[in-house]
Amino acid sequence: MATLDSKIPSGPLADKWRKHKADSKLVNPANKRKYEVIVVGAGLAGSSAASSLADMGYKVKSFVFHDSPRRAHSIAAQGGINAAKNYQNDGDSVHRLFYDTIKGGDYRAREANVHRLAEVSANIIDQCVAQGVPFAREYGGLLANRSFGGAQVSRTFYARGQTGQQLLLGAYSALSRTVGQGLVELHTNSEMLDLVVVNGHAKGVIIRNLITGVVTRHTADAVILATGGYGNVFNLSTYARQSNATAIWRAYKRGACMANPCYTQIHPTCIPVSGDYQSKLTLMSESLRNDGRIWAPKRKGDNRAPAEISEDDRDYYLERLYPSFGNLAPRDIASRAAKRVCDEGRGVGETGLGVYLDFADAIKRLGENGVRERYGNLFDIYHEITAESAYKQPMRIYPAVHYTMGGLWVDYNLMSNVPGLFVLGEANFSDHGANRLGASALMQGLADGYFVIPYTVGDYLAGQKPGSRPSADSAEFKAAEESVNAMSKRFLATKGKQPVSHFHKRLGKIMWDHCGMARTKEGLEDALQKIPALREEFHATVNVPGSGDTLNQSLEQAGRVADFIELGELMCRDALTREESCGGHFREEHQFPDGECKRDDEKFGHVAAWEFQGVGKTAIRNVEPLNYEFVKMSVRNYK
Amino acid sequence: MVAATTSSTISVTLRVWRQAGPKALGQFKDYPAKDLNSNMSFLEMLDVVNDELTLTGEAPIAFAHDCREGICGTCSLTINGKPHGPGKGIATCQTYMRSFRDGDIIVVEPFRAAAFPLIKDLVVDRTSFDKIMQAGGFITARAGSAPEANAAPVPKGDSDLAMDAAQCIGCGACVAACKNASAMLFVSAKVGHLGLLPQGQAERDRRVLAMVHTMDEEGFGNCTNQYECSAACPKTISHDFIARMNRDYLGATLRSAFNPEAASSAGGA
Repeated sequence: MATLDSKIPSGPLADKWRKHKADSKLVNPANKRKYEVIVVGAGLAGSSAASSLADMGYKVKSFVFHDSPRRAHSIAAQGGINAAKNYQNDGDSVHRLFYDTIKGGDYRAREANVHRLAEVSANIIDQCVAQGVPFAREYGGLLANRSFGGAQVSRTFYARGQTGQQLLLGAYSALSRTVGQGLVELHTNSEMLDLVVVNGHAKGVIIRNLITGVVTRHTADAVILATGGYGNVFNLSTYARQSNATAIWRAYKRGACMANPCYTQIHPTCIPVSGDYQSKLTLMSESLRNDGRIWAPKRKGDNRAPAEISEDDRDYYLERLYPSFGNLAPRDIASRAAKRVCDEGRGVGETGLGVYLDFADAIKRLGENGVRERYGNLFDIYHEITAESAYKQPMRIYPAVHYTMGGLWVDYNLMSNVPGLFVLGEANFSDHGANRLGASALMQGLADGYFVIPYTVGDYLAGQKPGSRPSADSAEFKAAEESVNAMSKRFLATKGKQPVSHFHKRLGKIMWDHCGMARTKEGLEDALQKIPALREEFHATVNVPGSGDTLNQSLEQAGRVADFIELGELMCRDALTREESCGGHFREEHQFPDGECKRDDEKFGHVAAWEFQGVGKTAIRNVEPLNYEFVKMSVRNYK
Repeated sequence: MVAATTSSTISVTLRVWRQAGPKALGQFKDYPAKDLNSNMSFLEMLDVVNDELTLTGEAPIAFAHDCREGICGTCSLTINGKPHGPGKGIATCQTYMRSFRDGDIIVVEPFRAAAFPLIKDLVVDRTSFDKIMQAGGFITARAGSAPEANAAPVPKGDSDLAMDAAQCIGCGACVAACKNASAMLFVSAKVGHLGLLPQGQAERDRRVLAMVHTMDEEGFGNCTNQYECSAACPKTISHDFIARMNRDYLGATLRSAFNPEAASSAGGA
């Protein structure tokens, strides 16, 4: 059994982080350059961590599978980033951001982590503005805010509908600066295929160069994974096509625990699926719910054009069910409500899997230009994909997989149960509980990279003798490299009858049907039969053309899909074991009569951290109890 | 018989540039793509073609892609001679088959430029862009040293204009569209974005000198004011930023003549 010590500092909630920083060990400036830190991934968390650690004096190696660190999928975040600045004078505070996030997460996150996140949120905005991030501003030149789901204050900072892009380009500029200064050694087109653990500590990685196919070993004193989430297990999602779980999954197979893998966020406002060729779903930012009103026809099978359906025949169901939050109800709640409406046969569009997001009232109030100024680029995206104008008729939207709250288990220092292995951003499980609020992913990625890891990595390194890194020729490194090479050879040698994509699609369908918005014991048990069978079929009949010594996108994808299949199985196992509903995890057996989540705090007020036992073997379920000292776990109420 | 759905079906012929590696000889090859749903994106169409090629034993077509929503800048492709294809202000991944007609022959090539060496088929190496950014595309602001965000107001007009430039996705279409393979639009977008903000003033001269110097070193051509770059840009970034950069560059060059210290320490260039 793995030991899970959360290392949450003692003392009052608001003092924990300050105290912890003061108690953490430091590495003196002359010694910092003797330590090498590997950072894998260059999204918000990875780029901000790499540049910050380099600025502090550590030797940093950054590995990115993209052709440039500016490509990571943080770039696609649209709506904004939360921060407790209280610029709007509307009663915001660190405590309120903390409370909203804990409650939004359905009381399944650690209080101490979330409070720290709220504390550093204001610093993030300062940092980004100093880097030149062009946040939206008022005419007086000061920063503007908008409101977002799950909150009753306006605390979201934004850069049109491209906030993630601007924040990522800010972090990328910091990383580029440190690369230019020779402080960071940047390796692009470099995919991490294994973690190397020596004497129980993470001491390096195995990297495959995606252009040349060359596999290399890299040693370090600490390894940081900031490789994002695993929503592409579902095949269709709002993730980028290349987003994958390989880095965290291979680390899991080397001993790092995987926490709450079943916590998946299904975002309520995405463009509905149109055909089986589809490779990706596109998000329509939650910010649209500030001005758009969600509705479905009151009558089943009412397939009149939306304009012909009178006010009386419309059901603005979020406003009806959750009058105090209305269209800004949290994501999990809004998604399930849409599903219920469609399950009742009231869905719209060709497939019946859609509801309307209507801007007619907003256009009356603000004028078409007013709406264009706020959301113009989103309306353009919608038009490109559907060939419909949302100025003339309501958008059709349906929920889609968007984010994973689960991830590698980390302690308060963001270190996994494998010493020396740190996990940041969406790749870890730490801050969002069972449901993430809008505009909080960007906040967490940058908090981890700019303001948490610079303090906590030193505390670990101070305990490691400078220059004690193992040699890249040690047995562990050689063995890891061999296992990576053997896997590639196996894929290339199989020469079966089906392309990789077929397996990914089939896995995605199993996951969406059985481990999606609503889950049941029977469905999950069914999935746990189907997925191992799919895994075996994959390894026996996959067709990976070409060779391993050149750019081979099929080979890359084969490794990722192999990992998705194994991870999908663990997600279903986790969902089956968690006999309650909370946040994004909805078990039909556990609901209130009105369809809301019924948690079981007594039995499941804990983190489930799974420990690998071998492919095809049931992982061990370790438990970290969640001790709520400052907030009372209660039924979430957005009514 | 045509299926009774709102989407229609088309068949096209793809004429695709195939090149096994940087030093191999390349050639166009034709592939039929049949019965495509017109709501399919161009890249989804290539996915389908690639799955068919895999099953027939031919190497799939290598192409760069990732977010498939027009923001990461990974996808490239020159389609019928136009970088990012027929649509205006969108990337290849936002191009849908409904932009083509049944029976069309569609020519698909990589972004071609000396500074973007070809890797394989339709994939090119755009590391030169990163090098320009590493030379000066930043404001130096270490984590921990930032002042309060609202301490320095930025006029909304400046901020909006900075955002117009900052939208650049670094795809390289501007270079591919330019007969000189110039990177002036890309570089000027960053110079313009940071130069418009009060935070960006301290490094303004160093930035423009270092970035332009590295741009030249990386083998990009010069600008001859044809503005094909803006026309091809998926974010429709205005060529006005090129004029702005020329002015900055001239000013910085003159100032550096009197104060070489300030300019010579520019970035990593």
